[in-house]
Amino acid sequence: MSRIAVLGIGHGKFGRRSDATVQELAFEAFRDALQDAGLERKDLDATVIGSVPEYHKQRSLAGVVQEYLNLNPIPTWLTEVACASGSAAVRTAWMGIKSGLHDVVAVIGCQKMTELATAEILALMGRVGEVQWESIFGTTFPGYYALFAQAHMHAFGTTRQQLAQVAVKNHYYGARNPNALFQKEITVEKALESEPVASPLNVYDCCANADGAACVILASEKRAKSAARKKPLVWLDGVGCATASMSVLRRPNLHSLPSASDAAQQAYRMAEVAPRDIQVAEVHDCFSIAEIMAYEDLGFCEKGQGGRYIEDRKSWIGGGGVPVNVDGGLKAKGHPIGATGVSMACEIVKQLRGDSGARQVPNARVGLTHNVGGIGQYTFVHVYKRD
Amino acid sequence: MFAWFGKVNFSPYTKVAEFADHLKDGHLKGSRCRKCGYTTFPPRADCPECMSGEFEFKEFSGRGKLHTYTRIAAAPSGFEDEVPYTIGVVDLEEAGRLLAWFGPTVAESDIRIGMDLQVVPRIFEESERIKVYYTLDKPGTTWGKT
Repeated sequence: MSRIAVLGIGHGKFGRRSDATVQELAFEAFRDALQDAGLERKDLDATVIGSVPEYHKQRSLAGVVQEYLNLNPIPTWLTEVACASGSAAVRTAWMGIKSGLHDVVAVIGCQKMTELATAEILALMGRVGEVQWESIFGTTFPGYYALFAQAHMHAFGTTRQQLAQVAVKNHYYGARNPNALFQKEITVEKALESEPVASPLNVYDCCANADGAACVILASEKRAKSAARKKPLVWLDGVGCATASMSVLRRPNLHSLPSASDAAQQAYRMAEVAPRDIQVAEVHDCFSIAEIMAYEDLGFCEKGQGGRYIEDRKSWIGGGGVPVNVDGGLKAKGHPIGATGVSMACEIVKQLRGDSGARQVPNARVGLTHNVGGIGQYTFVHVYKRD
Repeated sequence: MFAWFGKVNFSPYTKVAEFADHLKDGHLKGSRCRKCGYTTFPPRADCPECMSGEFEFKEFSGRGKLHTYTRIAAAPSGFEDEVPYTIGVVDLEEAGRLLAWFGPTVAESDIRIGMDLQVVPRIFEESERIKVYYTLDKPGTTWGKT
């Protein structure tokens, strides 16, 4: 079976980017990725844009990005699955190349969120729950994950301290990532004392809305092997995607994301790896509880042991488990929702190339991204390998 | 009139619109498929099991057990004046689940996962237009015709 390679990565600064439009953000990441790949625009067959349209005034975002990158007339389209839109774009590009239709595809995740007021964003995000029977009670996105956190604490004895320890780790690594929104370490005490958002989650259990863009350039095996390159090749060998009910009222339980475990199984099988083979992972820590559930859903630990996993520092570099979110995760990097999945791919490629500097996982050769849309309605798990 | 349902309603038109009329009359209704008998809450017109579109409303007792809950401190637009409010998810005795605010009979400090609760139909008294909803209250809580 032919493989799909990542030829180039580009990552802009995440944060409140009052200096740029969304297409200007996309340009920064795209230019870096093209340069990193040693390609020119004429080498591209198509672009796929991962973004959530409701946040932008511009209708049909792919069009304005394509124009600003000066890529007309090559094809482009948008993928949307809430916070997993970026990984849906990666998967779509992978499919396009695998089908033989395209050889080289640029995937651009981009999002401008901070032009909306926080209450408006809370309302918009809350409507990723089911609007007919749930949103009418003022549900919010943190509120949904809080329902999971409460259920997880009740079922497995997970503690608020353990939740806070996720934030402490991700801020520690965020402090070593120049593209992160928050580059400041925090303590468990500070996290526990922060403002309540939706019990048991406080401000430090939640990622921040942000603006930003990231880009990866994928290519067919043939094209990748013929390209002149300075960097070692990284292959996207396993792609998994699964869904679960929109409504929390229709889920089998509220302490795990079945779409995540299903997607992981698919990706592991395709890449012919097991959870123990993963040496570095980027997981969707939109809330602290989400990272704890990810440890379990991905099989890094037994179901119910996620709290213990962070308490024992297993997910830190050198902790004896799988180092997770060593670029700061959504928590410290910020979460420009369409860009996040592509940002995860960038970090894993960087890690497998050995280019992550102060946050490098030694000798990492197999890495994974876990990108969740909404409250687990969609999950994409991708496994990357270095030659 | 499904537009009656909720403080803010996002989906006024639905095949199960009569649900809100029943709630206004003090009845909580789930749905039952006329073909295969699949019963659920929230009600749905189209059976997810056998795909039949023939359904009937089925009276639910409103009795259930608390599955999980959260106290919301940061509200979305439209709910700022309610903050803080506590949302619970209950497993209903007959079938399915329901999400709602806690009513006045349950003190915040008494909320425990697994506790027995009663779903109570309610009407927003302070609203000029008809707005109906339901709350999670102590077992045995009674209500007049809303």
